Amino acid sequence: MIISQAYAAEPSGGAFPPFDPTYFASQILWLVITFGAFYWLMSRVIIPRLAGILESRHDRISRDLDEAQRLKTEADAAHAAYEHELAEAKRNAHSIASEATDKAKQEAADAREKVEAELAEKLSEAEARIAKIKETAMGEVGAIAGDTTEEIVKQLIGGKLTKSEITKAISGAGN
Amino acid sequence: MANDPISQFNIKELIPLEIGATNISFTNSSLFMVATVVVTSAFFMWATSRRGMIPTRAQSFAETTYEFVANMLRDAAGSDGMRFFPLVFSLFLFILVINMFGMFPYFFTVTSHIIITVALALLVFFTVIAYGLYKNGLGFFKLFVPSGVPGFVLPLVVLIEIISFFSRPISHSVRLFANMLAGHITLKVFAGFIVSMGSIGAVGVVGAILPFLMTIGLTALEFLVAFLQAYVFTLLTCMYLNDALHAGDH
Repeated sequence: MIISQAYAAEPSGGAFPPFDPTYFASQILWLVITFGAFYWLMSRVIIPRLAGILESRHDRISRDLDEAQRLKTEADAAHAAYEHELAEAKRNAHSIASEATDKAKQEAADAREKVEAELAEKLSEAEARIAKIKETAMGEVGAIAGDTTEEIVKQLIGGKLTKSEITKAISGAGN
Repeated sequence: MANDPISQFNIKELIPLEIGATNISFTNSSLFMVATVVVTSAFFMWATSRRGMIPTRAQSFAETTYEFVANMLRDAAGSDGMRFFPLVFSLFLFILVINMFGMFPYFFTVTSHIIITVALALLVFFTVIAYGLYKNGLGFFKLFVPSGVPGFVLPLVVLIEIISFFSRPISHSVRLFANMLAGHITLKVFAGFIVSMGSIGAVGVVGAILPFLMTIGLTALEFLVAFLQAYVFTLLTCMYLNDALHAGDH
């Protein structure tokens, strides 16, 4: 109903506007001008600009990823080196400790040996002195015994004995 | 008169011009083409002016549009189809913005005139033929001879292929034109019902709710159609360009 009204209401002689050839030339001309300008602007300015933006972002991202990868590799290497050094240090510490222990043991043993040697020397010296003293004493005991015997005999029998007789008697009695 | 659904397609001369007997007036159609180009270009110039590594909202929109069209073209015509990217990108934006402008009340829909869509479809058609012949030479005609077809039906198949090839610009242009035209007429008809029913009285006002709801629904649908037809036109362009690029590969 409305459509038929619309047709009825149309100005006389007017075709259905989208098929009216009156303005075909005008429309094509203005389409060529506007779309041509649009195409020119898009292809010369806007598309290169957008492509540049996307390209540089893409480059930036891949560069950053490469950088991250490189840093990760570096960090891994540093970690490995650290682990290695730690292991080395542990091993060194162990060997230093055992060396120190050995050295200390060695020193202690040396010191003991020295002390023992000194002691042994002192002991033998002391023994030698004792032996000497004993010998001296023993020697003196003989003389004392002779003197005493002489004195006793003089007192008891009033006679006089020769030295050799006394010595003979003492050694006989001493054994 | 403003109530009839056809007057929205009338062309009005804004600046009458003539060369010889040819009318080349600056009309409302020309105005909306100029507006489309100016608004779209200005938006894209502004959106991409910062060239930011981190995009603003507008720049992100421009980039998304770029990627959308680039993916469409790459999927349909391969990466060597990218040489036609400026054409495809311009076509998509030009038609999309024209269609969207048409959705404003009292605005003129440039693509509702068949001469415009035919001109655009022929631009694509001749681009395909010219580039197809330039790139493939006579191998371009292999397009009409599909491989793997038994000999005795081949003449028939070739005939069908030729007819389908030459009817491309028709379907290509009519699809866009008819969708825009029919959509706008339907919208106007239902909007007209609201006014006509509302003028009969109380019952009519209550009844007018139905065409009102219909108009709301149709408006949403028309926005979809406005986008979809721009998309379809561009997608078909990509597929036709694929023929020009890879005619010998069939």
